[in-house]
Amino acid sequence: MTDLIVLGAGPAGAAAAIEAAALGLATVLLDEAPAAGGQGHRAPSPALFDPPRGEGAALREALAASTARHLCGRRVWMLSPGFRVSAIGPEGPEEHHAPALILATGTTERVMPVPGWTLPGVFGLAATTILLKSEGVLPGRRVVVAGTGPLLALVAAGLIEAGAQVVAVVDARSRLDWLRATPRLAGRPDLLARGAGWVARLLRAGVPILSGQAVTRIEGEDAVSRVQVAPLGGGAARVLDCDALCFGHGLLPATEASRLLGAGHRFDAARGGLVPVLDAGFRTSIPGLFACGDGAALEGAAAAPLSGRIAALAAAAAIGRLDPARCRERMAPLQAAHARAAAFGRATAALAEPPDALLDLITPETLVCRCEGVTRATLDSAIARGATTLIELKAATRCGMGSCGGRVCGDPAARLLARATGRDRADIAPATARPPLRPVPFDAISGGFDYDELPIPAPAPL
Amino acid sequence: MTGRWDLAVIGGGILGCAAALQAEAGGMRTVVVEQSEIGGGASGVNAGTLSLQIKRVRLMPYALRGREIWEQAGAAIGYHRTGGWTLAFNAREAELLTSRMAMKRAAGAPVEIVSPNRVAQEEPGLARRIVLASWCALDGYANSSLTGQYWRARLREGGVAMRAQTQVTAIDRLAGGGWRLTTAAGPIDCRRLLLATGGWMKPVAAMLGLDLPVRARINTVAVTERGPRLVGSVIGHATGLLTLKQKPNGTVLIGGGWQGRGTPQQGRGEVDADTLTPSLRLAQFAVPGLAAFRVLRAWTGFEANVPDFFPLAGLAPGFDDVFLLGCVRGGYTIGPYIGRLMGDFILGREPELPLFDPGRRFDPDGDKLA
Repeated sequence: MTDLIVLGAGPAGAAAAIEAAALGLATVLLDEAPAAGGQGHRAPSPALFDPPRGEGAALREALAASTARHLCGRRVWMLSPGFRVSAIGPEGPEEHHAPALILATGTTERVMPVPGWTLPGVFGLAATTILLKSEGVLPGRRVVVAGTGPLLALVAAGLIEAGAQVVAVVDARSRLDWLRATPRLAGRPDLLARGAGWVARLLRAGVPILSGQAVTRIEGEDAVSRVQVAPLGGGAARVLDCDALCFGHGLLPATEASRLLGAGHRFDAARGGLVPVLDAGFRTSIPGLFACGDGAALEGAAAAPLSGRIAALAAAAAIGRLDPARCRERMAPLQAAHARAAAFGRATAALAEPPDALLDLITPETLVCRCEGVTRATLDSAIARGATTLIELKAATRCGMGSCGGRVCGDPAARLLARATGRDRADIAPATARPPLRPVPFDAISGGFDYDELPIPAPAPL
Repeated sequence: MTGRWDLAVIGGGILGCAAALQAEAGGMRTVVVEQSEIGGGASGVNAGTLSLQIKRVRLMPYALRGREIWEQAGAAIGYHRTGGWTLAFNAREAELLTSRMAMKRAAGAPVEIVSPNRVAQEEPGLARRIVLASWCALDGYANSSLTGQYWRARLREGGVAMRAQTQVTAIDRLAGGGWRLTTAAGPIDCRRLLLATGGWMKPVAAMLGLDLPVRARINTVAVTERGPRLVGSVIGHATGLLTLKQKPNGTVLIGGGWQGRGTPQQGRGEVDADTLTPSLRLAQFAVPGLAAFRVLRAWTGFEANVPDFFPLAGLAPGFDDVFLLGCVRGGYTIGPYIGRLMGDFILGREPELPLFDPGRRFDPDGDKLA
């Protein structure tokens, strides 16, 4: 009998599972990847010679020492109330049941489209960190790093470390934006120093940092060969030759699971956009359902494990396995530490918020929804014909109906819709979350069956 | 606009929009009040099947005319006439198919019974274990996702006012006649009222003190990713529990009325893994090539019905200025036609075909009007 299921074995989910198991809860931790760590602490490929040891390895060791059952390689496709988790595992379909469920589902990378953004050789910033850490693979030899947020410096420093030439770092936010954020970042001097280290690495390598500028066009025959860069406030454009572009505009909390279960959500720009409504114990509006880590609020890797541990305490209390007073007592110091770490995380996340001017770079021919090949012109035309919600825009154009389920195009489409209809991004509700959470092979769900045993109800009236 | 509308239609689905257009064309100043998006309920999320083979015998004349209206709408609603097969996989289903299709043929649907060999020739992607099948060349489908965009344009052209994202929270009699609808965006006053609220018929009618014997079904639809061509026509099952078609883009849409969870009053329906699984199994049994596809998305839509499973279309019992239109089994196909009839009825004209008095007595066991 399982007491608690945790979805996602990143820093938040792993910490939640370890804490819950230490409290005596029979805990199952499910994750899609072959090893724990999430994207931030992704395990290096076994093929890598002498992989670096870091927080990820420590997390995996702590998890191995815990009584929590970590089931990796699970594609969770369905969540049902109560709670029931349907997954495809190595042996086929499986079901897990528990009265409490903690979601630690992490983030999706945001890329604001520009002409050419779907060319081979364009990598997400977060995707690049996975390539580097997990596979030890370089996206190219001469690389432009562009977009917004702290990942720019992290990725550029990592590329240099791994032997690539970084042609330039192009940051759509201005130096002033970074200066303004510094007081809020100072709450975690250790993390601030780490970020300063990345920047120092870039400066030592002589990498130009083009602030307040953006990639306006990506060009190449079969793959990226050059990018056009221009100041967002206007000014002369320049062309940078490169064989790869690492490109991203921050992360978005992955809320499909909490929305699928019908938890309340709200738009909170300071927490990364659409997030589940949570109390101080990371309880959602649905009893027994908790959300933590960056999937619940974009508050960073330092805050994530703290939020996971708090959610585990709340979950233990919710199913009557921890005295409420004891729960509050144990939560208090974790909540204080979380508040400090989260303030830093929110400040860095805010620097990744794409400036409105980036919407001007999406030309009519630019694909917004790459799965379904929907251009900005198609979206604009549907809006002109009266689409005012993301649901209407999706229905009219198929934007978001493809394999990614709108995870990639949803935010840029919502921004375009908001601007065209004179509303705030916050007022654009997401399209309805629908199962499966990820595409699932048909026969993985249908499995082996006997036709005569299908539960076919009585036919409809004639 | 201010003042009093001649007609307010609550519910911006196909039924409400079609009735509103007809009333406006007949000279009534009409407004459609919709709680979410125009065409955002079952009208916009159903599987889009336009099959005469799954229509009830008594509703066949309505379905034949509804299908023609969709065909005229053409590309604007993604109409495709592909013909459709209904399959029987064992003797019991073959018997059901034979007797039912004979009656549907008598009612005017051009359905023929065909041998498994002919099915295998024309749709080689279908299961080999077919015992018997029927074929209707008029069957096909439209793209229900386009419902909203299509009817918004029609309403705009027709001069019908729209109030989307506008939930009616109370309905009160005005002194001197007519009705006031309370909404967050302000009151809407009207002389006549049509409720075309689909799955929400019962709670909205309750605002008028009506206790209708309406229940809502929660029908599940699933779609796959794009894949190689498996079938070119609409595929059904003798029991009606499967509708399947592969769109020109390669995605396969699977319906059939498998039940999800939830109620309209709760505001959302949910896919139930316990019914999604057998619905996919039945689809894969009929079209074995689906095994190599991936399921991309599944969802639900509410379909209202009364105990005799015939429409509510006429005056609300006990009222002379409130009309009901809903519970139309096969409402996607029949909707644009019966909506038009309803508009005529509200205008005081004799409808081309009879409507279905909501004040009738319901016989839960029979399929005839009491």
